[in-house]
Amino acid sequence: MRDASPAKTYALHIGVIALLFALNFVLPDYHQGLFARIMTLAVFAMGYNLLFGYVGLLSLGHAMFFSAGLYGAGLTVYHLGWGVPEAFVAGVACGALLALVIGLLALRTSGVAFMIVTMMFAQVFYLLILYFAAWTGGDQGLVIQQASRVIAIGGASFDLTNATVRYMSALALFSIILLVTLAVVRSRFGRVLVAIRENEERTKMLGYDTVANKLAAVVASGAICAASGAAYALLFGYVGSGFASVQYSILPLLWVLLGGAATTLGPLIGTLFMYYVTDITSGFTSAYLLIVGVALILLVLFFPKGILGSIRERWLGWLP
Amino acid sequence: MHFGPHLLLAALEGLVTSAVLALTALGLSLVFGVMRVVNVAHGEFFMLGAVLAWAVSTAISGHPAIGFVAALVIAPLLVGLVALIAERLVLRRLHYNPEGTIVATIGMLYIIQQLALTFYGPEARPVEPPFSYRILLPWFGYSGYKLSVVAASAILLVITWLVLTRTKIGLIMRATQYDRETAQAFGIPVERVYAGVFAVGAMLAAIAAVLIVPISQAHYLMGQDPLLLSFIVVIIGGLGSLRGTVVAAVLIGLSDGIVSMFFSPTLAKIIATLVVAMVLVFRPQGLFGTTPR
Repeated sequence: MRDASPAKTYALHIGVIALLFALNFVLPDYHQGLFARIMTLAVFAMGYNLLFGYVGLLSLGHAMFFSAGLYGAGLTVYHLGWGVPEAFVAGVACGALLALVIGLLALRTSGVAFMIVTMMFAQVFYLLILYFAAWTGGDQGLVIQQASRVIAIGGASFDLTNATVRYMSALALFSIILLVTLAVVRSRFGRVLVAIRENEERTKMLGYDTVANKLAAVVASGAICAASGAAYALLFGYVGSGFASVQYSILPLLWVLLGGAATTLGPLIGTLFMYYVTDITSGFTSAYLLIVGVALILLVLFFPKGILGSIRERWLGWLP
Repeated sequence: MHFGPHLLLAALEGLVTSAVLALTALGLSLVFGVMRVVNVAHGEFFMLGAVLAWAVSTAISGHPAIGFVAALVIAPLLVGLVALIAERLVLRRLHYNPEGTIVATIGMLYIIQQLALTFYGPEARPVEPPFSYRILLPWFGYSGYKLSVVAASAILLVITWLVLTRTKIGLIMRATQYDRETAQAFGIPVERVYAGVFAVGAMLAAIAAVLIVPISQAHYLMGQDPLLLSFIVVIIGGLGSLRGTVVAAVLIGLSDGIVSMFFSPTLAKIIATLVVAMVLVFRPQGLFGTTPR
């Protein structure tokens, strides 16, 4: 790995966060809402990228971690009347716990078997949500009322249905996860993960416990995706089984591939790009899945490194 | 009805499911066995077969049998052609890299599904069976067509097995599967074999779909269940093992038919999927497979 210049790297990331902060005051209402959604889902993509980009483990079941956070937060608010912060923590905890169990099982396999196993576990999770429709609302989903989406800190209260509060909450979560990912990939742990991706046998020979490191990465990835799901439930007030379907396991893969796997800002760029492509084309065609399909094929054929990956390769070698 | 006849009915229904499943899973298994490609779009080739069968049989007037036979010939050929084009344009350029091809076939899945929705529409449409003879059992009457599906599937499976084990084409395919590079060194046109296998795999799924479409209707989302069930069958049977695939298809089809007649179908699916995931975790070579080389 290149010895990256830390000052330039941190300046870039702080700059991106500052730009997103400034956009809140410039963007029209519609795009402000869209950006809040994109930042929340970019967190999902960053969690996916940690495992896919840095460890090289292609999972086809990350929808289960996202929806573990979604339902962990949504159901505790809906049925138990928990407050927003507790519900968020519950969502993340659900995701981390699920990731621990799935990791222990799925990491016994590798390659194609790992993809199929994760897909099947995610399918079981999806079917369980449908089976327990009495509590989860099944494919109809549940709407979380505005009254239960208010955070009270001291005397002040923040209403998450307010557009600016929602945007800032999404930005806060996004910024924290972005800086955490940056710190992780620059740390010793991050370098071990990349070493596992490049050559697992050799890493093992050098004395690293590769299984424990991979498990830690799965749990971290699951927890980040669950944080995204929990935030989604609380910010947008809806939980539904659609978020657990196979499609939501494919989407983060698409976003990460598009933005550039194993780049810290790639997930944001991929999510942003895909969302706007869908948004613009939906004006004259309803064939949204067709675009996803064509994009996936063109990406693996011509740009396997994604947007930021190609930029890094050609011009900016220091990009993290 | 008493328990016995009820069970017999469930078993017959399960047998029909098994027959169709065995053909679909065989296609998936061939593609994986020879090319080492996990074809996620396999279910969409199945769906395409059913939709084309509807299109062909409605375009041809006269006795339903004429339309059905035409569909049985034309639909699989068209699906094979689509698969051939996809193989040429996409899979070959990816050099059959396992992860790249999974992502690419996911892309194909979405493209085919969306095109079917656009041109065929969201409705489920029936195809008339070629004959409507009912076999009268002491307890209930049973569709003769359904039993003929089982017979047709069995014949096709035997033919595939004969081709694989008794002909030169089968020998070439097995050689490619065993060791790609050595096969190439001996002058086997590996790329042509791959293209052929991918097309035949898709055609098997399409034939299965044409056979089932008079029983269940053609719909643009009908590819999802067969895909998952085929994965289950191929994994339980051992990736790339033909005998294992057939045994597992009968096992899964029968238990699916019987379990979903007495319990909730969602619960049956949950249990089946979980069991298969566990098989893959703890016994990756499948129940009948040998350890991969």
